[in-house]
Amino acid sequence: MKNAAVSAVNVTASLGNVEILHDICLQLPAGRWTSIVGPNGAGKSTLLKVLAGLLPYTGCVSLLGQALQNLPGKVRARQLAWLGQSEGTSDDLTVWDVAMLGRLPHQAWLGAPSAADHAAVEQALRATQAWDWRGRSLGALSGGERQRVLLARALAVQAQVLLMDEPLANLDPPHQADWLAVVRQFVGQGTTVVSVLHELSMALHADEMVIMRAGEVTHQGSSTEPATHLALQAVFDQRVRIHAMADQWVALPV
Amino acid sequence: MTDIGRQARRANRLVLGLLLLGTLLLLAGASVGSTGLESVFNAMRDPVAWQIVRDIRLPRTLGAWAAGALLGLAGALAQGLFRNPLADPYLLGSASGASLGVALALVGLGVSPFATGWWLRFGLTGAAFAGAVLAVLLTLLLSRGVQHTLRLLLAGVIVGVVLGAMTSLVMLLDPEVMQSMQAFMLGSTGFIGWVAWLVMVGVWVFCAVVAWMLSPVLDGLSLGEATAISLGLPLARLRLALVATLALATGTAVAQTGLIAFVGLAAPHLVRSVTKTTHRRLVGLSSLMGGVLLMGADVLARGLLAPQELPVGVLTAVLGGGYLLWLMHRSTSYANGASL
Repeated sequence: MKNAAVSAVNVTASLGNVEILHDICLQLPAGRWTSIVGPNGAGKSTLLKVLAGLLPYTGCVSLLGQALQNLPGKVRARQLAWLGQSEGTSDDLTVWDVAMLGRLPHQAWLGAPSAADHAAVEQALRATQAWDWRGRSLGALSGGERQRVLLARALAVQAQVLLMDEPLANLDPPHQADWLAVVRQFVGQGTTVVSVLHELSMALHADEMVIMRAGEVTHQGSSTEPATHLALQAVFDQRVRIHAMADQWVALPV
Repeated sequence: MTDIGRQARRANRLVLGLLLLGTLLLLAGASVGSTGLESVFNAMRDPVAWQIVRDIRLPRTLGAWAAGALLGLAGALAQGLFRNPLADPYLLGSASGASLGVALALVGLGVSPFATGWWLRFGLTGAAFAGAVLAVLLTLLLSRGVQHTLRLLLAGVIVGVVLGAMTSLVMLLDPEVMQSMQAFMLGSTGFIGWVAWLVMVGVWVFCAVVAWMLSPVLDGLSLGEATAISLGLPLARLRLALVATLALATGTAVAQTGLIAFVGLAAPHLVRSVTKTTHRRLVGLSSLMGGVLLMGADVLARGLLAPQELPVGVLTAVLGGGYLLWLMHRSTSYANGASL
């Protein structure tokens, strides 16, 4: 595939002594939104962590055409932003402080935040509608509000590639729709978004889908293709059905 | 005014308040002695009284501040490093290492007829510091580095328990050192002279600068290790630097004052109860808070039952324990309120 933002070739990864990912090969297109889906224990989060350089692996992972292992930490951090599942949060930091942490890769070690850092943080907080709470401590926010602040932290990096593991956790349906709009906006500006989602109906909004089972990729393709829908139903043992409803695809349990 | 401005103003007010309180406690510390409260301004007119103020009370009071500042700073670092608000500076085994060092030194030096007071004092301080540093190194060895916080924490607990048992064994084998050990284990600011004060202030300045530089790492770590790595922070090297700073600050304070409980634990909590802030501010404010806490405890320890003196470590333990109880009660009340 031409123009792959992230690619993996023969990637294997283990947690402890258990091999979780087996010989994964995939290419994730630049400037598109790809959703990784599959049943529990398929290795989705492990794959995302490997692609982010957060777990050891064998094989080759490339980020924007360069081997991930050879990239200095700060360079990688400017090119790839990460939003993890159940990120720990400090109740003491304010919303502004948390979002500003996303600018660490852009700042000199002892340097103060620049005007560009302030502008990026403001843009990210406004995009996730968290701007009005910027002075509140994280401890004073609900789970959904925290999640929006953490998304703002990841957006503030202004990286070309954004990896998100279960970013919809704690978000109510209207804010899930807002998240979708933010992702669309960033993809429209050229950002590559890769997300792990267990809510299949939300995942079906993505441009591409990577379908996994038992540590292997069983299918990769457009989320509107019938072959992708069949592969999705297959990894869930035909216990979900994909239906067209009001101009969008939805997955319903059988 | 925005919430951000409000938090910054609270932090600035806290700095001013702590500096003011520190100054008042310095005056009180210079005035309180075995004969009770005596104005330091009157003492300036009496050469003997002034010598007592200059050579005993002032270094002791300022030394209490420096030791408290070191413990407050170490407490803020420990809580950030372990991502646990109940972490205290002694968690890496430094306290029990220092105790064992002092016990062994007392056996080796204290009962020797050749040991002069100065030599004994110098030897005990050195032994405490060496013991604290060796214990932290042992913890690092057992945890196989600093990569895993939980392993580091468990190794620190194990080292603490084992070295504590060895200290008890030394005291059991040589009961003569037991009384001297008691003074160390209860904590005391009574032996701090100008040299000790200078050493502590020097180490505090160094540790404060390093901690200030490493504070963004602690902020990043508060969002989880994966996020911190994704932000390009070289965690292994930075954690090692944090552990070294923590060990140096704790070891220096313990070597000069013995084991003083709760200051390192309570100082960051007290700061957080006033203002929510980043670690860069928290580390500095916890230092100031720790200094004021120990200086206040020292003045109370000397003044409460004058001419008798309470061990300052006992006072900090009672006050700190009470504060933690109150904190627990408050947290429980909040939790109950939230569940209603």
